[in-house]
Parts: sequence; C-alpha cells; structure tokens
Amino acid sequence: MNGIQAPTIEYGALAPMLVIFGAAVIGVLVEAFAPRYLRKSIHVPLTLLSTAGAFVLVIFQVISGVPTTAAAMGAVAVDGPALFFWGVILVLSFVSVLLVIDDEHFVASAAAVPGSAAEEEAEISGGAHTEVYPLILFAVGGMLLFASSNDLLVMFVGLEVMSLPLYLLCGLARRRRLLSQEASMKYFLLGAFSSAFFLYGMAFVYGFAGSVDLSKINDALGTVGGLDTVLLIGLGLLGVGLLFKIGAAPFQAWKPDVYQGAPTPVTALMASGTLVAAFGAVLRVFWVALGNLDWDWRPVMWGVAILTMIVGAVLAITQTDIKRMLAYSSIAHAGFLLIGVIATSPDAEGNATSLSAIMFYLLVYGITTVGAFAVVTMVRDAGGEATHLSRWAGLGRRSPMLAGVFAFFLLAFAGIPLTSGFFGKYAVFAAAVANGATPLVVVGVVSSAIAAFFYVRVIVLMFFSEPAADGPTIAVPTAATAAVITLAAAVTVVLGVFPQPVLDLADKAASALFIR
Amino acid sequence: MTTEYLVLSALLFAIGALGVLIRRNAIVVFMCVELMLNACNLAFVTFARMHGNLDGQIIAFFVMVVAAAEVVIGLAIIVTIFRTRRSASVDDANLLKY
Repeated sequence: MNGIQAPTIEYGALAPMLVIFGAAVIGVLVEAFAPRYLRKSIHVPLTLLSTAGAFVLVIFQVISGVPTTAAAMGAVAVDGPALFFWGVILVLSFVSVLLVIDDEHFVASAAAVPGSAAEEEAEISGGAHTEVYPLILFAVGGMLLFASSNDLLVMFVGLEVMSLPLYLLCGLARRRRLLSQEASMKYFLLGAFSSAFFLYGMAFVYGFAGSVDLSKINDALGTVGGLDTVLLIGLGLLGVGLLFKIGAAPFQAWKPDVYQGAPTPVTALMASGTLVAAFGAVLRVFWVALGNLDWDWRPVMWGVAILTMIVGAVLAITQTDIKRMLAYSSIAHAGFLLIGVIATSPDAEGNATSLSAIMFYLLVYGITTVGAFAVVTMVRDAGGEATHLSRWAGLGRRSPMLAGVFAFFLLAFAGIPLTSGFFGKYAVFAAAVANGATPLVVVGVVSSAIAAFFYVRVIVLMFFSEPAADGPTIAVPTAATAAVITLAAAVTVVLGVFPQPVLDLADKAASALFIR
Repeated sequence: MTTEYLVLSALLFAIGALGVLIRRNAIVVFMCVELMLNACNLAFVTFARMHGNLDGQIIAFFVMVVAAAEVVIGLAIIVTIFRTRRSASVDDANLLKY
C-alpha cells in the first residue's frame, strides 16, 4: 500500500482566482476586526485592487503562454477560452464594484424590519453593510471557478460559491425592501432547486462514466455500453441546472423578478458576470464532456434556443418597469448566445469560429449591460430609483446627455450597426450559418426585430413625449458611476467601429478550443 | 443489488421535487430541496459502490458541506422575510410579477 501522494497544484496558473479568494477572506477579517468607520475605506481599495490585480495576472499568463494541460490534477482548465472568460468577468466585476461604492443602493441594516424604529436608527447612525464587498469577491471567485472547471464536482462547487453570495446580495436593497427580500427568497429557492437538478444529473453522469472528469466522461461515451438511459437522464438533468443559470426558457421565470428586486449594482453584476460564467460552464459541459453526444442534445437545445429568443423578445414588449424590461432583454440575448452553443461543427476550425463569436458577444453584451444599469441608478425620485417606464417619459428633454447615452446602449442591445452589439450578433449568426444552423438564425433575426421594437419604444418615450411636471430627478453621478457610464459607452462605440483587435483576440483565445 | 438503492434515491428525489412544487411554507420548500440533495448523495454513494471507486463517496462529503452553507444562507433569507411579513408562505411573496 503506497502512502497518499500529495497533489500537485499549479499556483501560477490559478493565481487570478487565488488573489480574488484571498482578498475575499481578508475582507471577512476586516469585517471582524476593523472598526466600523474604517471598514469601507479598507474594502473599496481592497476589492478594486484585487480584481485589477487578478486581471493583470490574467494578462501576464496570456503573454507568458497559455498552459496546455489542466491545472490542479485536472480539476481546473486554464486554457485560452478560460483566460478570456476570466478577463471578461474581472473587467465586468471591476466596473460593477464601481457602482457598488455609492452607499445609496444598500440597506443600512438588513436585519432591521422595514419601517421599524430599528431601521430608522440604523439609517441615522449611517450604518452600512460593508459585507457587500467580500460577498461580491466570493461571487466573482465562484464565477472564475465555474467558467474554468474541468470536472463536474469543481463546477458544482463553483456554481454554489458564485450563487450563495448573490442570493444574499439580492436582498440588501436600501429602498423597496419588500421587493428586494422577495427577490432574494425567490432566487434562493429556485436556485437551490435547480442546483439539486444539476447535482442529480451529475450523479447519473458519474454513474455512467465512473468519473466526473470532463475528459473521462468524453472517453466513456465511446467505450461504455448498455447504460444509455443513465447517461441521457444525467444529460437532461445537468442541462436543466445549467440552463436555469443562464435564464433560458422555460427556466427563465426567476430572471425578471430577481433583476427587478435586487439592488441595481448587484443586478448589473448578475446580468453580466454570471451570464459569462454560466456560458463558460455550458460550453464545457456540452462541448468538452458531451460533445460527441450532440445528436442527442442538439434537437432539445434547438427548441430551448428558439423558445428563449421568442419568450424574451415578446414578453419584454409588455413590461412597464425598466429593470424588468432589461431582464427580458437579457433572456433574449441568452437565446442568441445559445445559437452559438448549438452551432458546433465536425471540424475544430468551425467550432473555434462559434466559440470566438460567443466570447466576443459576451464581452460586448456584458459591458453594455453594466452601462445601462448604471444609467438606471441615476434616474431617481423620492422613493429611490424611478424604474417605472412612465417616469422616464420626456427624459431626453430634461437630460439629453443621459438619455442619449441610454438610447445608445439600447441601440447596442438591438444590434444596430456602428454599435458593438451589431458585431456581436453578426459574429454569432455568421458562425451559425457557416455551421448549418440557418433556421435558428432566421428565428434570431426575427426576434431581434421584435426586440428592436421595444428598445426603440423606450427611446421614443424618452425623446418624443412631454416630461411630467413631477418627473424624476437625475442624481448627480458619483465619480465612479460617471466613470462606469463613460467606459461602457466608449467600449460600445469603439467595438462598434473598430472591433477587429478584440475579434482577433477572441479568435486567438478560441483557436486551441478547450483543453481536454 | 444497487438498483434498489437507485430506485429509493429516485423516489426521494421525486418526493423532494414534488414537495418544492406543492408546499407553501418556505421552510418546508427548503427542506424538500435538502431532501433532493440527500437523494443525490444516495445516488453518488450507490454509483461509487457500482464502479468500485471512491469518487462518489468523496463527492457526497462535498455535497454535505455545500448543503450546510446553503442552510445558513437560506435560513437567513427566510427569517428576514418572516420578520418583515410575519409569514413564511411563498404565496404571500407576490409583489414581483408580470
């Protein structure tokens, strides 16, 4: 009997993730030991520096050469796509944290019952939940792990580390606390329900393959016989768990509720970072582990993609709340991205085209989303943010600058040329046509047209209707919020006019596909 | 021999899933989710026995840790809701819709 061998861990390759988790743990210690008045001034630099530092480490790895084998005994795959996803997640979480800095968004004391004396007292004493920062860091760490996991167990742990802090963050809105708490409970119960499906699916896939390692599952597809039922049950259940996280129909019900109720900076993080991480995981499961089973999952995914695009675009039309509308728009975009997931081809080059299109789309969609939610945080009235669409009437006359930027973000969502959204959609649709998913592209174009209707409707409402006498005020943005909006607008313009360098980068990251 | 355990785990999973769908109290709904996680554990351990490797048993430990973390978060959220509304019924949480 040999002794237990110590595992080898490539700390260098995992450094970005370790920096984020390390900063999160330090953040918890700050909560425990630093006096209350000092906490925020420690947390903000710590959070921003750690996300920026992790991003620099990602760049450093890209320059020094992408690893070609999975790290940590095959548990985490730090490959080209993973590094690209990491970079995107870190940029998106950095800008989302810039929105979090404004104390206006978070409750003074989550434990105080809304409307009670305790709540008033907490507000007067200027209390603030600085726990928000470590929670966000843990969520971001979970996203990094989720998008780069090379075995299903690590993927499950990453999923939970990402989701659990987000459940809590959803319930911490300063205004409309009943909505916020309700969003938190709905997200938690449905999220836990879906991760149980993911886990049961994982159990069946393990039952089929005898391992949860993605590459070993792939190997087992060709060699294990007589257990097809077990495999198909596992495939279906895993799919339910993952499709829930990206908010694909018919598992989209949580998205509008949660996006509306959660504090807007948290919504921005969920709508951008979580979507990127979840697509990273979807691609790994369906391309790396179950890629040779595409004849079984493709028909179902076709249905899901079509349903997701149509449900997202059609239901968005009836929305009267701006955050809910953006949530349905996010559902529709998840559908467009699913087209890319379905558009696999027998040769590696075709797959690389689809993968690079998905990665580019996620980057441009994520950054525009954070910008749009940053604008939403600025339109306020007495009760907090004025999210009802009727309150936005005539905004273009009162504040042409802000309404103009928001209109530009909406046009980017709609995929109008000269915005980054156009090239994102174009890349995904072109890859899908090249790989023989033309009917899906037709549905995609039709639902883009439907979606364009409600984006344009908001623009018309902002610019061509009379402002109400008691309309919302435009809050003077903090420097951080202004920086976020400027950055998002700049990226949307630059990638809309001159996308080639980033497209090349995505191509390069995708060229080697995933490590197996 | 292992089939019986798999059937039991499927039954537990189904009872849990059905409970999530039809029960009204958030705490009970949450307990049903935990039942589903335990059904997963049983399946993992059974498959580990079937394959003769230890992966499944180790995964079961991971699942227990994750379930414990989930309980902490979940009870915190449910208790906050209960303090606000004096009710933990998921039917009462109906402000966000359409």
